[in-house]
Amino acid sequence: MNEIQLTELIENLKKAFLETFLMCGTSIGLSIVLGIPLGLFIFITRKGLFWENNILNFIGGFLVNIIRSTPFVILLVLLIPFTQLVVGSTIGPVAASVPLAIAAIAFYARLVENSLCDVDKGVIEAATSLGATNFRIIKDVLLPEALSGLYRGLTVTAVSLVGYSAMAGIVGGGGVGDLAIRFGYYRYQTDIMVITVVLLIILVQAIQSFGDFLAKRADKK
Amino acid sequence: MIEFHNVNVSFPLKGKSIEAVKKVTFDIKDGEIFGIVGTSGAGKSTLLRTINLLQRPTSGSILIKGNEITTIKGEELRQLRLGIGMIFQQFNLINTKTIFENVAFGLKVAGKSKEEIGKRVPELLELVGLSDRATTYPSKLSGGQKQRVGIARAIANNPQILLCDEPTSALDLETTNSILDLLKEINIKLGITTVIISHEMNVIKQICDRVAVMSDGEVLELDTVFNVFTTPKHAFTKSLVNHTINLDLPTRLLNEKGKRILKIIYSGERAEEAVISDTVKLFNVHLNILHGKIEYITNKPFGVLIVHLDGTSENVNLAEKYLKERTFEMEVINE
Repeated sequence: MNEIQLTELIENLKKAFLETFLMCGTSIGLSIVLGIPLGLFIFITRKGLFWENNILNFIGGFLVNIIRSTPFVILLVLLIPFTQLVVGSTIGPVAASVPLAIAAIAFYARLVENSLCDVDKGVIEAATSLGATNFRIIKDVLLPEALSGLYRGLTVTAVSLVGYSAMAGIVGGGGVGDLAIRFGYYRYQTDIMVITVVLLIILVQAIQSFGDFLAKRADKK
Repeated sequence: MIEFHNVNVSFPLKGKSIEAVKKVTFDIKDGEIFGIVGTSGAGKSTLLRTINLLQRPTSGSILIKGNEITTIKGEELRQLRLGIGMIFQQFNLINTKTIFENVAFGLKVAGKSKEEIGKRVPELLELVGLSDRATTYPSKLSGGQKQRVGIARAIANNPQILLCDEPTSALDLETTNSILDLLKEINIKLGITTVIISHEMNVIKQICDRVAVMSDGEVLELDTVFNVFTTPKHAFTKSLVNHTINLDLPTRLLNEKGKRILKIIYSGERAEEAVISDTVKLFNVHLNILHGKIEYITNKPFGVLIVHLDGTSENVNLAEKYLKERTFEMEVINE
């Protein structure tokens, strides 16, 4: 590796990391904003909970399952018309964020639902017996009690997103994973591939540690 | 205060309908501590939950202070629940909130302002003896302390009714006593009508005024705790009571020929009279106490003594007659 290649590599890496952060950041943001309400919705329409509604519960769960069972590469292609509609383009990191976000929302919604299931039913009952409104139960009981699980789920989602974002290269999304494939795999530059993979490992480790830290802090059990 | 009229509760289970509460009719008076006792699965918890409609009855009516509650919903139901506190076997505290916040939650629900909450929570914590634990989380507390927080939360809004669902079943004996004392204290101080369910006769005996005995969804008998203890009518009640007044003699004592063994039951004021020493003096007999127990139920004594009676047959006869007259019940269990 000579000087020119090194500066070129650093430039490329910088750009790729920015793209990865853009894609994953947008998707994580949208997962929080939309995945939590969706997971909450599926949870409270369950049997025995205050919005009990079999049909809505089924529709919510089914929607999540469709997205989750479609291989991400296929979802990426299937959503091209939708992406065009939303962001006006089908290439680049912003465009790649659309399918990524949709996959992440569905994935996270299911994890949110699971963490809510772990909240002690007795605590919900106690709040109901006190005369709490449903909104207050959600705000003061369900979400705080599930918070640790919500952080853990978000960590899993974020780590998966880093992996998925590599596939976003297919629609010209760029990113670190894409860099590893293009330089390392297609151009046989093994050293670049190793460097990017190591950087990805560090990134994932950082996400995991930060997530664990938040989850631990929120856990009062 | 609370009236049940022909209340039934049934659940669908695997295509069948399970009747958890059957035709229950009775009422609970204002300010009393009312117990519901029965084995697990007797339907007592289901019945308790109908009072704040955590469980809606399938049929029948429930009146609280003369108002029918079984049909209300929405905001009206929420208002009803604000007037009924409830504590649980597993305490059911919010783990991610401090003790202060847990108690404050009860007040927040009622729409109290920050100032009111800031003033009321310390009062409540003081009442349940946890003033120094305000900033700790529930996981750091013992079972008894958790139940104290549960009590503080339940009575935060000055409810007129307090429902207690097996409040001491997860606690050891000593803690159980302190929680029962606290419930009694609150009942007296605040005049709050308390309904307590338990599978332990001991709990009922300690604090209840009246008790309903439930088995298989039905109320078998209902009376003052003293009467239920001293004159249980139903076989099921008898077995429940026997568990608490358990006097087992070694079989060798019961099998000895010619040894006259009597079981004497005292009740009420008569238990405090000197019957035994009177008998010995009057009839010149020997009375040897083999086993005995005196319980105080709602401050009235109730005792069982097993004695060996010895003397001339004439004196023994007279002594027995005398004992029969002066005690609640006398029975010869070996001769």
